[in-house]
Amino acid sequence: MNFAFTPEQEEMRRGARRFLGACSSSEHVRAAMQSPTGFDERVWRRIANELGWPALVIPEEHGGVGLSYVELVAILEETGRTLLCAPLFSTVCLATNAILAAASPSQKNQYLGAIAAGELTAALAVSEPAGKWDSSGIHASARPLASGGFALDGTKSFVVDGHTAGLLVIAARRPGSMGDDGVSLFAVAPNTPGLSRHARVTMDATRKLSDIELRDVRIPSSALLGELGQGWKPLSHALDLAAVALAAEQVGGAQRCLDMAVAYANEREQFGRVIGSFQAIKHKCADMLVDVESARSASYYAGWAAAHSASELLVAAPLAKAYCSEAYFRCAGENIQIHGGVGFTWEHDAHLYFKRAKSSESLLGSPSYHRELVALRTGL
Amino acid sequence: MDLTFSAEDEAFRVEVRDWLETQLSGEYRELRGIGGPGDEHVAFEARRVWEKHLGAAGYTCLGWPREYGGRALKLTQQMIYFEEYARARAPGRLGHIGEELLGPTLIAFGSDAQKKRFLPPIVRGEQFWCQGYSEPNAGSDLASVRTRAVRDDDSWLITGQKTWTSLAHYSDWAFVLCRTDDAAPKHKGISYLLVPMRQPGITVRPIQQMTGTSEFNEVFFENAHTDADLVVGEVNAGWKVAMGTLAFERGASTLGQQLNFQNELNAIVAIAKENGASQDPVLRQRLSQAIIGLRVMRYHALRTLSLMQGGQLAREAMISKLYWATWHRELGKLAMDVLGARSEIAEESAAGTYDLTALQRLFLFSRSDTIYAGSNEIQRNILAERALGMPLEPRSLTAPTAATAKSPEKIS
Ligand SMILES: Cc1cc2nc3c(=O)[nH]c(=O)nc-3n(C[C@H](O)[C@H](O)[C@H](O)COP(=O)(O)OP(=O)(O)OC[C@H]3O[C@@H](n4cnc5c(N)ncnc54)[C@H](O)[C@@H]3O)c2cc1C
Repeated sequence: MNFAFTPEQEEMRRGARRFLGACSSSEHVRAAMQSPTGFDERVWRRIANELGWPALVIPEEHGGVGLSYVELVAILEETGRTLLCAPLFSTVCLATNAILAAASPSQKNQYLGAIAAGELTAALAVSEPAGKWDSSGIHASARPLASGGFALDGTKSFVVDGHTAGLLVIAARRPGSMGDDGVSLFAVAPNTPGLSRHARVTMDATRKLSDIELRDVRIPSSALLGELGQGWKPLSHALDLAAVALAAEQVGGAQRCLDMAVAYANEREQFGRVIGSFQAIKHKCADMLVDVESARSASYYAGWAAAHSASELLVAAPLAKAYCSEAYFRCAGENIQIHGGVGFTWEHDAHLYFKRAKSSESLLGSPSYHRELVALRTGL
Repeated sequence: MDLTFSAEDEAFRVEVRDWLETQLSGEYRELRGIGGPGDEHVAFEARRVWEKHLGAAGYTCLGWPREYGGRALKLTQQMIYFEEYARARAPGRLGHIGEELLGPTLIAFGSDAQKKRFLPPIVRGEQFWCQGYSEPNAGSDLASVRTRAVRDDDSWLITGQKTWTSLAHYSDWAFVLCRTDDAAPKHKGISYLLVPMRQPGITVRPIQQMTGTSEFNEVFFENAHTDADLVVGEVNAGWKVAMGTLAFERGASTLGQQLNFQNELNAIVAIAKENGASQDPVLRQRLSQAIIGLRVMRYHALRTLSLMQGGQLAREAMISKLYWATWHRELGKLAMDVLGARSEIAEESAAGTYDLTALQRLFLFSRSDTIYAGSNEIQRNILAERALGMPLEPRSLTAPTAATAKSPEKIS
């Protein structure tokens, strides 16, 4: 029984922190979020080439480094702390997980090597305009063609980095099927005729979301990842893994909000004393600490489960997502409150975290959705 | 990160589980599920026998050094023991104050003679202790204690009043915070005395709680005696020792209680499934939230356990009391809401007795969780000041005026 990270893992975390301190400062984040792609291509290259994060959880036989989710969780806590703008979450935590879970060995070879090398970014398109993340939210259809292959029709929404990804992994279903049955995953090149995508303006500008329109998009049978109509199971697993990843980011963001709040409270003076000496402020900070540390325990446990225990993951993943979402949102809100008027300005970073907290709360499904998953999966 | 238990730990778990199962299916069958908060008055004599039985079998004080009768087990195994104890619904402990609070305090601060004298009977399950800290005018502000001890030849003479003293009526000994120097600043004139409870100078009067039962008491000292050498640590340096005890109260000893919470939650979930509350959209969310909250508590305990292998209470562990107390209080409310109208109806029993159900006791008793062992507000102060480095609360440093001896008669 040992919950601690190994010295090597701690070193990776420190490396991540050093890098992000230099390459994901407030100025970097603000520049990236105002750019059309939403990230700085040069920073992404360095992440791929120097740090190898895209390759992290990809097994060695597919060109990756074969480390586990435990390392990924440590790194994502740091990227969440600095609001890193990069196609990391979309490529590694969503699309790669889906490919790893669903694809055949030869398909894995085809895509994962390029992803690991940082040459290919990818996005996962599951949710649709209704914003649901269970199988009932998938209406896009995959019509089998007499010539072999499929024709995709429908609209995908809230696709993280969908407007820039070099590969789209799209969930669609057999016409007439319902629920978990009939769902398939397809690897689709974004320039396939009939496919159009456009980035939406998002309140949280640090994470770009796109709509993808599918109008009789004709793809070869080789685009099908895994078994026809059997895609929900691997997709559901991939979404669990993505939830664990998002929870780790949320912990990092919440920690940063706490740090900002405490630093400001210990320096800002009113009524002749620092506001951190007022108990109302101290107690808010104490509650934030409870949120941060308990959320961190949830996140680490989920990271361990992702790496080592599929059965534990079933509950630990939605649990971490529900818990860390609310912890982050509370911390981000209290951070604004503790900063007073300056916390309400565009210039101060508090709103960046607040908006990221809100967008992360609904990404992959709301806390109440994830609580329902916990209820179902614990037999309630 | 390896969250599996070692083969050795698993073997220990099986050993504990089998032993408890055998005992609680046989001779001690009647004791299953008895005792604990809100239920301390039940079957005292039988539980006293159980305590000795536990001691004889080596199932008390598992983490203590061998020289004092302990088994020097590592934290993981102590936790496993507490978990199995709760899982088996073994009776609420009577010796826990000695085992979890006084014992570790003596091991850390006591003299050799004190350790030799007091630790073995605690290990044997023969000697029960109570905690004499709080007074009518010294609660959260514990350093304001006025109960006074003066030296008289070979003994201390103690005069004053303690209150909210849990299990004092069953206890053989108390560890008592006394003022021994009125002139010194208030944290510097306190001594930590070990006092025998059964003597003419001590009167214990039970206080009825909102549960209708009496687990805590007023304790009056009128020239009560204790031996001169029964000061733990230096005379007038008892504050440091008292804070040490509180760290134990807030630390390792809460690790195993989660299985008790799990038993309570299981009972509530079973009722919710039976009466349909689990399909009510709001209650269903709250039940799930409770499930999540308890699991997070466990993950956090596992994490702090790893951090604590080094010995001291890490910053991460400091949130535990506030977290569990708040969670548990919410569980008590959830239990009532799941029961709905039935939450009002107590046990069927002799007319006129106020015999509450286990969940009603949970609901009421959990209101005290956020008060004792450092209230939620005090916990937040501690977190802000010690974990986050925020400014200290303003506090008076002068000692309170000396206690006037009050007899129980005069009080009522
Ligand atoms: C079931 C139970 C068992 C107990 N068992 C024992 C025992 O065995 N031995 C023993 O010695 N004591 C025991 N206690 C007493 C317990 O330790 C005290 O109740 C506790 O320390 C609070 O003190 P108080 O009751 O005087 O409340 P007060 O200290 O008067 O507090 C009243 C309110 O003021 C708040 N408050 C106080 N100071 C501050 C501050 N600085 N900042 C913000 N808010 C503040 C508190 O949080 C609380 O909400 C027990 C209590 C209970 C309920």
